[in-house]
Amino acid sequence: MIPALLAIVRREVRLSLREGWQAATALLFFILVVMLLAFGIGPDPVLLRRVAPGALWTAALLSCLLSLDRIFAADHYDGMLDRLLASPVPAEGTALAKMLAHWLTTGLPLTVFSPAAGLLMNVPAAVMPVMVASLAIGTLLLTLVGGAMAALMAGSRRGGLTIALLTLPLYVPVLIFGAGALDKALAGKEAGHAVLFLAALLCAALPLAPLGAAAALRE
Amino acid sequence: MSLQATVSPRLPASAASGFLAVSGLACVRGERMVFTDLSFTLAAGHALIVRGPNGAGKSSLLRMLAGLLRPAAGTVGLNGTAMADDGIAWRRNLAWLGHLDALRTTETPRETLRFIARLHGRTDFQTALTALDLDSLADTPIRFLSAGQKRRVALAGLVASNVPLWLADEPTTALDADHAALFQAVLGRHLAAGGLAVLSTHETFPPSAECHELELAAA
Repeated sequence: MIPALLAIVRREVRLSLREGWQAATALLFFILVVMLLAFGIGPDPVLLRRVAPGALWTAALLSCLLSLDRIFAADHYDGMLDRLLASPVPAEGTALAKMLAHWLTTGLPLTVFSPAAGLLMNVPAAVMPVMVASLAIGTLLLTLVGGAMAALMAGSRRGGLTIALLTLPLYVPVLIFGAGALDKALAGKEAGHAVLFLAALLCAALPLAPLGAAAALRE
Repeated sequence: MSLQATVSPRLPASAASGFLAVSGLACVRGERMVFTDLSFTLAAGHALIVRGPNGAGKSSLLRMLAGLLRPAAGTVGLNGTAMADDGIAWRRNLAWLGHLDALRTTETPRETLRFIARLHGRTDFQTALTALDLDSLADTPIRFLSAGQKRRVALAGLVASNVPLWLADEPTTALDADHAALFQAVLGRHLAAGGLAVLSTHETFPPSAECHELELAAA
């Protein structure tokens, strides 16, 4: 089963790299939003640093949100989802593989390039490790939670919008604790607890999200 | 409406080879009873051609056999093992091809078939390419293929899965006469090797001892 799961991840990554640079779109969107916010707020270094956590996390969240419906919708419309569900790979495995591939092409590049966005918002180098760690965990969490919602709406015509509406409330805790970690680190306080809380949420979402997604896909 | 069809009276009761047994199957779509009490057995080396007007439940029957649609009543078993008992073990024995090709335009036939083979835990996909006369198209992106060529790639997926039971909805759609005959030859080899197949079609298949017809009445 593991080679089959890896094959699904590889295919998803390959397709998203080929089809209209979708992977680059999520990253570009993140950088652009942060850049525009930085320009909009103006060249006040103290103010920029003050709003940096909220700005960075909102940009990451929207970037993830916009790409959620491609996790299952395309495969649903071209018949591949049926082929996957009729294969020996359990639906939970398929869902997890597709979510991981989504993170590899959206959350991961975004995390890797987040220090550049951080510089725009005047985040000092000392805080970068907390920012990168919280974004790495947080974006995977966003993908898992959003992926379960995307599975629920896989067959729906207005999937994209509905997924966003369903997912937003569930994203609020991630936003609060993610931005909270960065906020604490910027204030020179211990930020480990908030990052650990994100990690705890991830530990819950890692098994639950694929289970929920599989139940939705099988219907 | 009740319908009985015992397709293979020569079912070897204690055969070592596989057989598909369907008993008392009922299909409800929406509020409408599509068919009830559908029973048949199909011995290894035989194919069942499902016929009937639009809406008679051909695709629904195939989806039930693939585990993609839950029957309203009845059981499906292969080699004496019921599908309901172990879904994954059931799906290990079958390859599914719906009326959609399940292809992505940016992939090549080689990549697609390698993926389908891996999904079923196989490594050989070259045989499938050759069997459906796709060697010269193996590395052409699918967006450059005609509808019939795409259908051949989808059909090659059945071969690449290398499983006993083929389930295909309108397999020869869009194929020209030569390639429809080629698919029938491929199907013949699959049956001769002890395979089974359930296909729905509106086209005529040349009469043979291995192919049995099941006529579903209009609901």
